Amino acid sequence: MNQSQSLTTVQTPLPTPFTGYHLARAYDEMFSPAAAARPAYAELYHRLLEMPAQMLEERQKAADTSFYHQGITFTVYSDDQGTERIFPYDLLPRIIEAGEWDTLERGLKQRITALNLFLQDIYHDGRIMNDGVVPRELVYSCKHYRRQMRGIQVPGGIYVSVVGTDLIRMPDGSFAVLEDNLRVPSGVSYMLANRSVMKQVFPRLFGSAGVRPIDHYGQSLLATLRALAPRHRPDPAIVLLTPGVFNSAYYEHAFLARQMGISLVEGRDLLVHDNVLYMRTTAGLQRVDVIYRRIDDDFIDPLHFRTDSTLGVPGLLNVYRAGNVALANSLGTGVADDKAVYAFVPAIIKYYLGEDAILQNVETYLCLDEQQRKHVLVNLDKLVVKAVGESGGYGMLIGPHSSAGEREKFRELIMADPRNYIAQPTIQLSTAPCFIDGKVVARHVDLRPYILYGEKVTIVPGGLTRVALKEGSLVVNSSQGGGSKDTWVLQE
Amino acid sequence: MLSRVADSLYWLSRYLERAEHTARLTDVQIHLMLDQSPAASAQRWARVLTSLHMLPPGDGMYDARHLTDYITFDAANPNSIVSCITNARENARQLREHISSEMWEQINTVYLQVKTQRIDDIWETQPHAWFVAVKEGCHLFQGITDTTMNYNEGYQFLQAGRYLERATAVAHLLNVHFETFNTENGLGFDFLEWIGLLKSCTAFEAYCKVYMADLRPDAIAEFLILNREFPHSIGFSVKRVQDALLEIGEDTQSRRARGVNRLAGRLAALVDYGQIDEIFAAGFHTFLTEMMRQCSQIHDAIFQAYVVYPVEREFAE
Repeated sequence: MNQSQSLTTVQTPLPTPFTGYHLARAYDEMFSPAAAARPAYAELYHRLLEMPAQMLEERQKAADTSFYHQGITFTVYSDDQGTERIFPYDLLPRIIEAGEWDTLERGLKQRITALNLFLQDIYHDGRIMNDGVVPRELVYSCKHYRRQMRGIQVPGGIYVSVVGTDLIRMPDGSFAVLEDNLRVPSGVSYMLANRSVMKQVFPRLFGSAGVRPIDHYGQSLLATLRALAPRHRPDPAIVLLTPGVFNSAYYEHAFLARQMGISLVEGRDLLVHDNVLYMRTTAGLQRVDVIYRRIDDDFIDPLHFRTDSTLGVPGLLNVYRAGNVALANSLGTGVADDKAVYAFVPAIIKYYLGEDAILQNVETYLCLDEQQRKHVLVNLDKLVVKAVGESGGYGMLIGPHSSAGEREKFRELIMADPRNYIAQPTIQLSTAPCFIDGKVVARHVDLRPYILYGEKVTIVPGGLTRVALKEGSLVVNSSQGGGSKDTWVLQE
Repeated sequence: MLSRVADSLYWLSRYLERAEHTARLTDVQIHLMLDQSPAASAQRWARVLTSLHMLPPGDGMYDARHLTDYITFDAANPNSIVSCITNARENARQLREHISSEMWEQINTVYLQVKTQRIDDIWETQPHAWFVAVKEGCHLFQGITDTTMNYNEGYQFLQAGRYLERATAVAHLLNVHFETFNTENGLGFDFLEWIGLLKSCTAFEAYCKVYMADLRPDAIAEFLILNREFPHSIGFSVKRVQDALLEIGEDTQSRRARGVNRLAGRLAALVDYGQIDEIFAAGFHTFLTEMMRQCSQIHDAIFQAYVVYPVEREFAE
């Protein structure tokens, strides 16, 4: 009998509703390799055994209706109707133990502190480049490097106020950082909405589990923004700058503005006069002190960046330079989440903090380096290739799932512009239980916690767990058919 | 408050009010048509479209089902019920942090309800039920607004939009109706038509409480124009517009408020000191036209004062 104990599937059949649950090479969040429920999931496991599938389906329906009626949707651009879809929500929570979370929290704090020092350094003295730790050409060739930011003293020395770090769980159960998002990370509203829907559809389970609350996110974000305000402005006007109602993340912008009680503004509401920023109100012009901006660098000021942008505010950079307004996040922060610079983050942490990185990186090959590029080109069918400045799952090749034609296309792309590509081994993200089509099945997930950096570093316990809803898929991005689920960090 | 937000609030409620009015009027008219010959109903449809400020449909087809579709569901008709609700929701979407979640959910629910249906879903079975659902959806939004929103400047912009739209719509409806039915040699006194007019303004029962079931054109005009207690009368509406604008002026402390408030006060005085016999003597049509002109003047003044004021003067001070 024992000979059938394969590595891919557990031979002991799991009971209903887990009959379709495959334990594969990846780490599974709920089950140990021996198909026993892990302690954190024990209660959920037993509840699922007892609960009729029909009841789960009803709750799923209730959850979907709730999202739809609240208008928690994103806009699909591909058809001219501007169809709104809900971001698929999976009913079952992803659970993280207290001990695991402590490590994550320390690791994330360390990482944001070091990356912030890195940004301060490269836009001023450039010590890390002088010392040869990070190659100068790598920084200066980065698409998101903004020479306009050279020598500007940003408020409090804080470049990144809001970070969303993508974490994955490796097959051995440890967490690793896959990507840092230091520009305008999104998704936090889904984290909060998922929690509020979870409380509606599973009140008893949630109540008995001892989950750490996340509801203070809005307050913490406001405190973070307030910390950026110029000292001489005791009652600062803080606004959230959105590209507008047609942006796919508009729901989130409005949601956060409401949570914080601040104005949601568009570029057309703002104007610059004598290096001071104003918004147009019914009572006349009102001065603005802090902007939480959800517009990319490129579009924020047509005088200095893309001249064709109608979303931004002409002259905003001058106001920023004059110290009359604070921006969160600052401009040019994308250098530090460039996927090639990513490979140097452990060295960056060591350089500024003298510590070893608490959270590991995923092994990364820089196509810029000739030796590493050779390795990448030979192993395209095994690796994941990514464009360094892209996000949202665009510009990516997943080797094992690719066709010969796609690999050939990427070979040409890499040869044409090696700086723009990196490669990583194909990692089996951990799997977690999801309720799909009446069954509980295993799907790959990642985790994006949100880190706030103001007077202190704040991380609300949990984050957004994104799910690749297609069986076997490793891509969790919402633009590529991903969904999300509530994330619980246990009290103890 | 951001100028853009004030603008959106104002339009949000104007559009909802328009949707509600259109639903009620169309419902009443379809009901009246049951007793009519096809020839008479063609005239009636022409009147309905004029009362609603709508151009006739491009194809010139005057069949009841087609026209109802045009007035209710046709997205190409900018004043159709679905267009109004879509526009209202689009404005609400830009206001998410200024209105309560309950308000948003209500308007979103109404939107999803009308957006997922077609004329064939309602025509054969029960158009009446659909119109009622639209009206109730709008009423519910107003009720939710009254119980969940802060009575701040934003609330006042909602009121200004709603009542200015109502005053204009009722004035317009009266104008068209009296032109047809209150002439010496016209269709003469048609009991059902006058009930229809009152019902188009939810006014039948309210009217009877004041004048009893004694339907007289001058009394009906007096009720719909000068009554200050009935919420769908012009008099009531312009008073509400004035109140809202005074509050907004108070909140913003804007020196530009003076001009707007003067216009609103002048219109309110026109109703306050108006008498129905004098109005008829001076010309009913002229009076209503003047009223509508003043409404549109107030509309423009609100924009000049609070939304599109010139920036240069701000810095000049």
